[in-house]
Amino acid sequence: MLTRGRQWLNQRFHWDDLIGPLKKKTVPIHGLSYWYFLGGVTLFLFMIQVGTGILLLLYYRPGANEAFESVQYIMTRVQFGWLIRSIHSWAANLMILTAFAHMFSVVFLRAYRKPRELTWLSGMLLLFLAMGFGFSGYLLPWNTLAFFATKVGTEITGQVPFIGHRLMVFLRGGEDVTGATLTRFFGFHVAVLPGLTTLLILIHLALVQYFGMSVPPGVETRWKSSPGQVREMKFFPNFALRELMAWYIALGVLGAMAAILPWELGTKADPFAPAPAGIRPEWYFMFMFQTLKKIPAKVWFADGEVVGILVFGAAGLIWTLLPFFDQAGRGRGRKFFMGAGIFALTYIIAMTVYGYLAK
Amino acid sequence: MDTWQNRGIFAARLLLLATALLLCGGRLCAQAQNTCLDCHGALDPPLQLTEQQFSNDIHAQKGLTCASCHGGDPTKADMDAMSKAAGFRGKVERKDVPELCGRCHSDTAFMRKYNPSLRTDQFSQYKTSVHGRLFAKGDTKVAVCIDCHGVHGLRPASDARSKVHPLNIAQTCSRCHADSAYMKGYSIPTDQFARYSSSVHHDALAVRGDLSAPTCTTCHGNHGAAPPGVDTVKNVCSKCHAFQEQMFDKSTHKAAFQSAGLPGCVVCHGNHAISHPSDEKLDAGPQAVCMRCHTPGDACDRARGDMLSGLMRLDDSIKTADKVLGVAESSGMEVSQARLDQDQARDALTKARVTIHSFKPELVEHDIQEGVKIAAKNLQAGQAALAERDYRRKGLGFALVFILMTVLGLFLYIRQMEQEAPKS
Repeated sequence: MLTRGRQWLNQRFHWDDLIGPLKKKTVPIHGLSYWYFLGGVTLFLFMIQVGTGILLLLYYRPGANEAFESVQYIMTRVQFGWLIRSIHSWAANLMILTAFAHMFSVVFLRAYRKPRELTWLSGMLLLFLAMGFGFSGYLLPWNTLAFFATKVGTEITGQVPFIGHRLMVFLRGGEDVTGATLTRFFGFHVAVLPGLTTLLILIHLALVQYFGMSVPPGVETRWKSSPGQVREMKFFPNFALRELMAWYIALGVLGAMAAILPWELGTKADPFAPAPAGIRPEWYFMFMFQTLKKIPAKVWFADGEVVGILVFGAAGLIWTLLPFFDQAGRGRGRKFFMGAGIFALTYIIAMTVYGYLAK
Repeated sequence: MDTWQNRGIFAARLLLLATALLLCGGRLCAQAQNTCLDCHGALDPPLQLTEQQFSNDIHAQKGLTCASCHGGDPTKADMDAMSKAAGFRGKVERKDVPELCGRCHSDTAFMRKYNPSLRTDQFSQYKTSVHGRLFAKGDTKVAVCIDCHGVHGLRPASDARSKVHPLNIAQTCSRCHADSAYMKGYSIPTDQFARYSSSVHHDALAVRGDLSAPTCTTCHGNHGAAPPGVDTVKNVCSKCHAFQEQMFDKSTHKAAFQSAGLPGCVVCHGNHAISHPSDEKLDAGPQAVCMRCHTPGDACDRARGDMLSGLMRLDDSIKTADKVLGVAESSGMEVSQARLDQDQARDALTKARVTIHSFKPELVEHDIQEGVKIAAKNLQAGQAALAERDYRRKGLGFALVFILMTVLGLFLYIRQMEQEAPKS
């Protein structure tokens, strides 16, 4: 059956020639090979997001008067609605976690170095898009916490010099967070961001395919000096089956999270109610949120929050352009960038924990 | 030409406006001049009154000066300001205080200029109060206006710093009424404030900050303060507890209490130390009130037992449903609707407790049945949520076993594949 299908494709599309490069693709084997799985797991979680997102769309109704009720309906009345919504929410969070882990593994293994600068750049853009997914999706159930967190989040955006206010009005669809913000975020979440993300994923995968897997610098030096030590496995089926195992494990974790800790709904947002205590953004924004909270109101002559936003903006830009600053072969520079990576990771973890522990 | 003419008219108007402002300003300055404070601000107490202290006074804020009460001419900077010729009256005697305050506060036309919504019957009410009647008999120990409202630093009752703000009234009354030495000779108890402080009303007002909760003046009146008579107690309580009054009026207790000369609500609930009513009042324990009059085993005692067991039944149903819903919620199940509906069951319990005042077990049972039905439905929702949780966990177990087996199968397949072709 499979052979006949292959023949059919070969007669029309020269299928074997098309998938030829995939067959030849290999994956290096060394002590740190397991980090290669993170990108694939992130992709798997994105696919879960797309699938569960489409299912949620069957019942979700965007609008300040309907959104909360429709999610409540999904959670209580729709057959397996609770599972789909919980998996969607947990997968979103796990996807950002694995994307962050993937990014730091690339930093510490210096996989972004020449010629993979564009692979890193497309990956960073994908991470920003994933965070955009998180920010826009957080508001969609229209619950109290999400409403006020979005209010605070867009207010912070409004602090960006020169364009801040316009950006805030664009995001909110007006001066305040209203039903207009919800429909706007819905549009971003289900149309704009998925389109851009799919395009970038294709570019990212094409670049990975073109350049192949990066080998850590230490291993690369060893292999160059003694080519006999080079060990590789075929991408298909050897690595692909291992990746499949990782996907199954991710699926198990997702299922367990959804069944044991279903994603809570909270109470419906009331724009006229006072902001409740303990408003927090999603965990992956916490380090920035907590930093901005702790910056003094005035730093020298400038507004503290504006300084914080500018510093984060500059740091984010430098981080995105990291491969262009980190030139391979310079010993001191390599140590500096490794130190910067460790500092960034430690800072993010420490501020996130602090944000959750601080009252 | 027209333009120059227009400009000339505009300049003339501007000049007129500036002159008017200067004149008005000067007049305002002359009006506000209060030289009394120049000296009294520097004197020692009790003659001391600083500009700062006086500026807090509502009268000063409305433009009145020392002369408004004390006479004299505050525009003069020397002792002539306090001369008889200037109409100086000096210190207002205690016996003259109500009349002096009443001079303005009973003048509707005058008061309308300052606060049209302020009542102007305080003085006439005062004359009907216990304080006013004793005062008229020459007893100057009783409260006059300044004892409650203060003097010189007087603030409106809506100001939380005022002595007559709802949060401060009990304290203000207690200054005399809790002072046993001062109250000697009046033959009334002095423990009202202590008892009120332990009451549910004080708790609502001072602890929960509910300004509509009763304080002394709510039941006794303020300017016309007097103890409510036996016949009027019920009317005082029913200002807030209207349903209880309606139930009580239709009950057999109304006539029985009247014939026995009992003052309604306070017979069972007390007065100043009204505690939070609990179902124990229907019980046979120390909190019980029914058995003070009724005989054990009689029809009324049986009715009491029926009503009490009904209340306990509903209370138990609510608690059981709450517990199950709590477990379901902490397991991450969505039971917010049932949680919300629990409020209806609690409302039914409150309604049943109100219906107790009809002393008719069948009416109470009707409310209880309604509540029990709602609580049972919510309990069912909670149990269904728990069953669903267990179903999910079982499903998860099966799914995990399947996933584990697939992962294991893949692992073995890869191993076998690589053993067969290790070089691939």
